[in-house]
Amino acid sequence: MTPPSSRRRFLAGLASGAGAFALAGCDRLVQNADVDSVLRNTEKLTMRGQRALLPRQRLAREYAEADLSPDFRANGTQMPDSDEYAHLLEREFVDWRLQVDGLVQRPQSLSLAELKRFPSRTQITRHDCVEGWSAIGKWRGVPLAQVLDAAGLKPGARYVVLHCADELEKTLDGSGRYYESIDLLDAYHPQTILAYGMNGKDLPVPHGAPLRLRVERQLGYKHAKYLMRIEVVDAFGALFGGRGGYWEDRGYEWYAGI
Amino acid sequence: MAISNPSPVVTPPAARRQLIRRHSATVRITHWLNVVCLSFLLLSGLQIFNAHPRLYWGQYGADADQAFIAISTKQSGNALQGFFQIGPLSIQTTGFLGVSDEGGSATARAFPAWLTIPSYHDLGAGRHWHFFFAWLLVLNGLIYLTYGVWRGHFRRDLLPSGGQLTPRHLWQEVLDHARLRFARGEAARRYNALQKLSYLVVVFGLLPLMVLTGLTMSPGLDTAFHFLPDLFGGRPSARTLHFISAFLLVLFVVVHVVMVIASGLWNNLRSMLSGRYAITDEGTAR
Repeated sequence: MTPPSSRRRFLAGLASGAGAFALAGCDRLVQNADVDSVLRNTEKLTMRGQRALLPRQRLAREYAEADLSPDFRANGTQMPDSDEYAHLLEREFVDWRLQVDGLVQRPQSLSLAELKRFPSRTQITRHDCVEGWSAIGKWRGVPLAQVLDAAGLKPGARYVVLHCADELEKTLDGSGRYYESIDLLDAYHPQTILAYGMNGKDLPVPHGAPLRLRVERQLGYKHAKYLMRIEVVDAFGALFGGRGGYWEDRGYEWYAGI
Repeated sequence: MAISNPSPVVTPPAARRQLIRRHSATVRITHWLNVVCLSFLLLSGLQIFNAHPRLYWGQYGADADQAFIAISTKQSGNALQGFFQIGPLSIQTTGFLGVSDEGGSATARAFPAWLTIPSYHDLGAGRHWHFFFAWLLVLNGLIYLTYGVWRGHFRRDLLPSGGQLTPRHLWQEVLDHARLRFARGEAARRYNALQKLSYLVVVFGLLPLMVLTGLTMSPGLDTAFHFLPDLFGGRPSARTLHFISAFLLVLFVVVHVVMVIASGLWNNLRSMLSGRYAITDEGTAR
């Protein structure tokens, strides 16, 4: 008869073997392209569901000054690592211009001073990171709708692509540059602003100086920082990895409402 | 043929074994779909949790804020140490929480590789799996709830009768459970009160709480329904409750499975697969 200790060891071995098999099986399933495309359908379901429940112009909750996070966590790039950005920062962004082009009637090149001459909007909102943390901050900026109206959309315009100054992943071909895209429904939402101010001051560098996007009904990675260029397009499939954003190209959902 | 609950009854003449129909097809199918959904939701949920293994209470919560529950990793000399912290209490959990083996080396990660889908760090994949099974869980749950109300399943099978709720009876059931003494004969036709109450807590308490706290973490749905975060005291609080109720569900499953085994594994399994449950009428008046 087998002594209990070796039987226990045998059973433990069996259990860990089964566990390892299940693990390997799960990982293989995760990496299977067909399985992935089935799972990804839920993103469309989620987006349709949320859009059906959300009246177009409904505002995200706004908070009071007393609710502000004492220390708003800066995430992703904290300081873009390029000579171009270093020069812009050194001269306090007087040489910085926001390019607005693509499917627009009148391409724009806007300085920070010019952006600040548009009517501004200030909002205290909650920033929800995909990782799970939340922070409340006060943002001041120009509604994206006004900038788009100044440029005038051409027929066929469907998405607004935000090109950034920072490379989150260092690559030779530039594919590690941060970018994001939103559709016109979000672009024209009253709380979608190009923010140049945070918590009563100029937007700090770790939070995306001189200009970042706020698109309040979606997760943090959609809120592109260090904006350089706004490109209006009919489709984003030809850009970078083809999924409409830096993190989207690395597996996150394009619709980040959940 | 398996005979459950073999008992040392001295007068067997009247002992009669019969198969009764215990679970309807809807209950059986939704039960097993739930098993699949909850398994994937738990393991992909732990993957998501690992991206930020800190839980807060309030309207905001990030690294600079006080965490209510946290799993952390500290460097101690050349070695990594893992800690689980709840309130002021902190215990070392190296090997399981905070630090565990991944691909042969000690790695800083909150929950270990064997508890997450996928086993390696991939928040995006974890989210795809989580939301897929979250949708399935909700659809499955709606079918079950509709059926339960429509066909009287809740009223007939889960609502405790008046007599079952007296303190005396409940105490007797607690004692019976502690001694692993289970109902036989006619009494085994219905659930006991502790069973009914725990199923009710899961069906109408924990699972709806999971779904609602999950939805509260969505900035989109918080915009559609401003009351959602208020219901739980903020998005970080909802995330904390999501974690705690998941833990309570795991606790329920553990007790559930232990009870299933203790009260006759094969008989219980068969009743949840084919619907038929064997009861032995011992011929004694009950």
